[in-house]
Amino acid sequence: MIVFEKPHALTDTVLHYCPGCTHGIVHRLVAEAIDELGIEGKTVGIAPVGCSVLAYNYFNCDMIEAAHGRAPAVATGVKRALPDNIVFAYQGDGDLASIGMCETVSTAARGENITIIFINNAIYGMTGGQMAPTSLVGQVTQTSPYGRDPKTQGYPIRVCELLSTLDAPAYLERVTVNSVKNVRNAKRAIKKAFQNQIDGKGFSFVEVLSACPTNWGMTPQKALQWIDEAMIPQYPLGVFRDKEA
Amino acid sequence: MSETVLMKGNEAIAEAAILAGCRHYFGYPITPQTEVAAYMAKKMPKIGGTFLQAESEIAAINMVYGVAATGHPAMTSSSSPGISLKAEGISYLAGADLPALIVNVQRGGPGLGGIQPSQSDYDFVTRGPGHGDFHVLVFAPSSVQEMADLTGRAFHLAWKYRMPAMLLADGTMGQMMEPVNLPEPCNAFGDDNPWAATGTEMKRPHNIINSLDLSPENLEKMNFARFERYAKIEETECLWEEYLMDDAEICIVATGITARVSRNAIVEARKQGLKVGMIRPITLWPFPKKVLAQAADQVKAFLCVEMNMGQMKQDVELAIRCKKPVALCNRVGGMIPTPDEVLDSIRKIAEGGMEA
Amino acid sequence: MAHHEIVIAGFGGQGLLFIGKVLAYAGLVEQRQLSWLPSYGPEMRGGTANCNVILSDDPVGSPIVQHPNVLIVMNTPSLDKYEKAVVPGGKIFVDSTLISRKVERDDVDVYYVPATQMAKEMELGNLANMILLGTVIRETACIKEETLEEALKHVIPARKMNLMGVNLKAVQAGKDYRP
Repeated sequence: MIVFEKPHALTDTVLHYCPGCTHGIVHRLVAEAIDELGIEGKTVGIAPVGCSVLAYNYFNCDMIEAAHGRAPAVATGVKRALPDNIVFAYQGDGDLASIGMCETVSTAARGENITIIFINNAIYGMTGGQMAPTSLVGQVTQTSPYGRDPKTQGYPIRVCELLSTLDAPAYLERVTVNSVKNVRNAKRAIKKAFQNQIDGKGFSFVEVLSACPTNWGMTPQKALQWIDEAMIPQYPLGVFRDKEA
Repeated sequence: MSETVLMKGNEAIAEAAILAGCRHYFGYPITPQTEVAAYMAKKMPKIGGTFLQAESEIAAINMVYGVAATGHPAMTSSSSPGISLKAEGISYLAGADLPALIVNVQRGGPGLGGIQPSQSDYDFVTRGPGHGDFHVLVFAPSSVQEMADLTGRAFHLAWKYRMPAMLLADGTMGQMMEPVNLPEPCNAFGDDNPWAATGTEMKRPHNIINSLDLSPENLEKMNFARFERYAKIEETECLWEEYLMDDAEICIVATGITARVSRNAIVEARKQGLKVGMIRPITLWPFPKKVLAQAADQVKAFLCVEMNMGQMKQDVELAIRCKKPVALCNRVGGMIPTPDEVLDSIRKIAEGGMEA
Repeated sequence: MAHHEIVIAGFGGQGLLFIGKVLAYAGLVEQRQLSWLPSYGPEMRGGTANCNVILSDDPVGSPIVQHPNVLIVMNTPSLDKYEKAVVPGGKIFVDSTLISRKVERDDVDVYYVPATQMAKEMELGNLANMILLGTVIRETACIKEETLEEALKHVIPARKMNLMGVNLKAVQAGKDYRP
């Protein structure tokens, strides 16, 4: 008999995320990976500032809340102090690719042996839907009410591609969670990003294209569709670096 | 005590931190504190420690935050403009009740300012350098020996009270060499830190290192509790040095390099029959208010000698409840008052010609 | 009570901080009170540089020398800057190869040593600083002759200890120099 159980690495706290938000799926995938690899007892997670700011309440492993954008620096400190532990940061697009871009690039360039899960939903969710560094051209947000205009607001940043210019990263992959098939694939990628760290391979990074129906102004179903129609053409899925391969 | 060696102030900080058991240093290059990083870069790899040149001051303080969250001692060092950048991280350290050492070898400001010595970060750091209600322990060394001794003490008390500590020096203190007796190696840090994020080993509920609390009632409670701890610290951890205060009629208040300069002026003033003494605050937070208040009953006037626009003068006036006039002898922008200038101020006060 | 407040000034790269350190370590060996304070910043990278050393039997107050009783100068701008600061009866040591003008004051003792020229002639490389130091030690007795070698052991990097001989030779040349 197959019983659908909550992963042990998730606490019983009820998630605060909006209906149709994919944070919950990704939390679960991270927790499943931690369970399956048997690393909960030695894992230290870093929560960002943004919608997943309360992630420290949801994961059963030890958790540290970082300042906005600083999770990779905090993770670096933790990993240097506890080299035998497993350290992951869970960050959104504003946190990782805007205010924290310096920390992101530098940590990747050092090849810190940590795992980063990057939630790219092309918007600032927590503060009510402002333009993110990854918002698409023409995307309407609270701070791009006429649509993102490249002339004054520039173009979205492709983080995996940017990091793939560096020598040090061991693993860079972009996935999404908008279908059962894609969720399975995302699970594989996230687990690999943790396995890499266990194996001492170095900086492992998984970007997850995620849905924000609330701030996109869409139904959850439409939001999942929008990932296919609008996001993937801008952010192609795939492996950008795999030192093993 | 070990044999006497000759060291730069900055090097003495680094060695004293290592002797206190610190094995993690994160920094970013900035004059005039570069020797701390250089020393750590040489030494840490040889003793199994971490030296990491961070991508920014901000990253450095957050790496310190990460190490501190695991219950290990960590430090960073910088100079004034860099401390502005670290303010965010210092606030988070305070909010998460984490111990760490931040060294500030001050230079002139504001803005990029200059690279010559200054004491103009006084207000900034004694009020809690960052957003929110908090304090950091602030130590102001006045010799290379104190650079070493107070580094150890700062670590020890940061750990005891689970809060950040700052060693507030200036360019002169950092660059000068003096004989110093280094302390014996010790471990200023408990090995058992049940609050730390080290992995649950599946044996305990998870630890959360955090400064966020969305419930105002809870956040208020935490702030009140923290300030109860601060009150205890103000009661017990003030440090100061008194110099020729027994019969003093004028009391100089100075720290760091200006206290050294003032000493020369006091010796000269005494030769001229002027009864001058000095109270040198060694901790700037907590500020030694009581001893100053007591002195206010004895002396006719106070003279603050500072390398800023009179920032500490306000604390002195507060401490003595404006009972006696407080005058200021100051240079700024990287300039250091000379003993002659201090002596001039002393004479003016003695002649009743210097308005407070 | 012996009390020396020394300013050493010239261009960066002339070894001014080095001889300051030799004096400071000699003070350490002699268990005296002392301080050593360099100028820092861009000067260190080729501009003017100076170094303050205080050697005393009493605790050192300010490490900043306002009125030196010993001034060692290796370029004209430094002589211009510090000549007036020297206390009456103080001693000024001038590298007369590099500084052509004379000291204007008549209330100080002046020692003109063509140190750079001597270093060149004796093939002592850039040890003009050590030659000047020799004359300073002879004339001021600010450190004991017998502690010099011990001090040099602290200051010369371990991998360059083979240079001890030429350093001592340069100091001796300064001691022996008479105009």
